[in-house]
Amino acid sequence: MYEAIAFYGFSAILLLAAVLVIVSRNPVHSVLWLILAFFNAAGLFVLLGAEFVAMILVIVYVGAVAVLFLFVVMMLDVDLSELRAGFAQYLPLGVLIGVVLLVELIFFVISGWTLGPALKSAIVAAAPDAAQVSNTRAIGRLLYTDYVFVFQGAGMVLLVAMIGAIVLTLRQRPGVRKQNIAAQVSRQRGDTVTLHKVETGAGA
Amino acid sequence: MQNPLLVQYLPILLFLGIAIVVSGAAVGLSWVLAVHKPDSEKVSAYECGFDAFSDARAKFDVRYYLVAILFIIFDLEVAFLFPWAISLGDIGTFGFWSMVVFLGVLTVGFIYEWKKGALEWE
Repeated sequence: MYEAIAFYGFSAILLLAAVLVIVSRNPVHSVLWLILAFFNAAGLFVLLGAEFVAMILVIVYVGAVAVLFLFVVMMLDVDLSELRAGFAQYLPLGVLIGVVLLVELIFFVISGWTLGPALKSAIVAAAPDAAQVSNTRAIGRLLYTDYVFVFQGAGMVLLVAMIGAIVLTLRQRPGVRKQNIAAQVSRQRGDTVTLHKVETGAGA
Repeated sequence: MQNPLLVQYLPILLFLGIAIVVSGAAVGLSWVLAVHKPDSEKVSAYECGFDAFSDARAKFDVRYYLVAILFIIFDLEVAFLFPWAISLGDIGTFGFWSMVVFLGVLTVGFIYEWKKGALEWE
C-alpha cells in the first residue's frame, strides 16, 4: 500500500514538474523544475528496485547535467520577446515531432498491454533475484563482459564528446601572460644577479 | 511494505517528508505572519548601496561550459567504475581488461585536453 502511495506521489510530482519545465517562461525556472523531475524519476527507479540507476540519475543528471543546462541557459542571451517571436514559425515542426513521439508512446503502451504476460516473463528471466544479487553487482556482471562492445562504445562517445567540446569552445586569447612555474622554479641565481666590482669614486 | 530493499529506503522517505514540511513551514509562516509593506526602495535590487550597473542576466563566458562538460565526462567515467569494482570478483580477467581499455581511451582524451591547455584558466 505504501509503495502504491509513494509511486503515485512520485509520478504525480514528476508529471507536474515535467509540464512546468515546458510552460515556465523563465528558462532558469525550467531547469529547476527539471531537477525536481529528475529527483522524482530517481524515486521511481528506487521503487522498481533499480538502486544503481536511481543514484546515477541523482549524481549525473542532478549533479552534472543540470549544472550544464544552467550554464547553457545563462550563456544564451535570454530575451523572452525574441524567443517568442519564432514560436509560430517553429510550431508546425514542433507539433510534428510531438505527434511522432506521442504515436510511438501509444504504440509502446499498446504493445506492452497485448504482449504483457510474455514480456513480463522474459524480463523476470533475465534479471537475477534481487534478494541474492544486489542491483549494482548485477549490472557489473553483464556490462563489462557480455556488453563489452556497448561499454567500449560508451567510452568512445565520451572521448568524442571531450574532444568535440574542446575543439568547439576552447579559445586561446592572444597576448595573455601566463605564469610559467617551471621557469620560475628553475631560475638560478647566476642567471639574474651579477656582481660588479666598482672602484671607489668611479661609480656613475 | 514487504520488499526489504524499499524498507531500507524508508528513512530517506521520512527525511524527504520532514524536509518538505520544515522548508514549507519556513517559507509559508514568514509569508503568512510577517508584515508586508513593500515600497520601491525596499524591493529594488541591492548592489553594495549603489544602483545596479546592468541586468543580472548577463552572458557567461563559454569556458564555464567547457569545464562543466569535462566534469560530466569524468563523472560518467567514475560512474562506470562502481559496478565494475563491486563485481570484479565475478567478471574475471576479461572484465578487468575491458575496464582498463575504457580508462585508456579516456586517458587519451585527458592527455589531449591537458596538452591543449583546456584545463588552464587563462
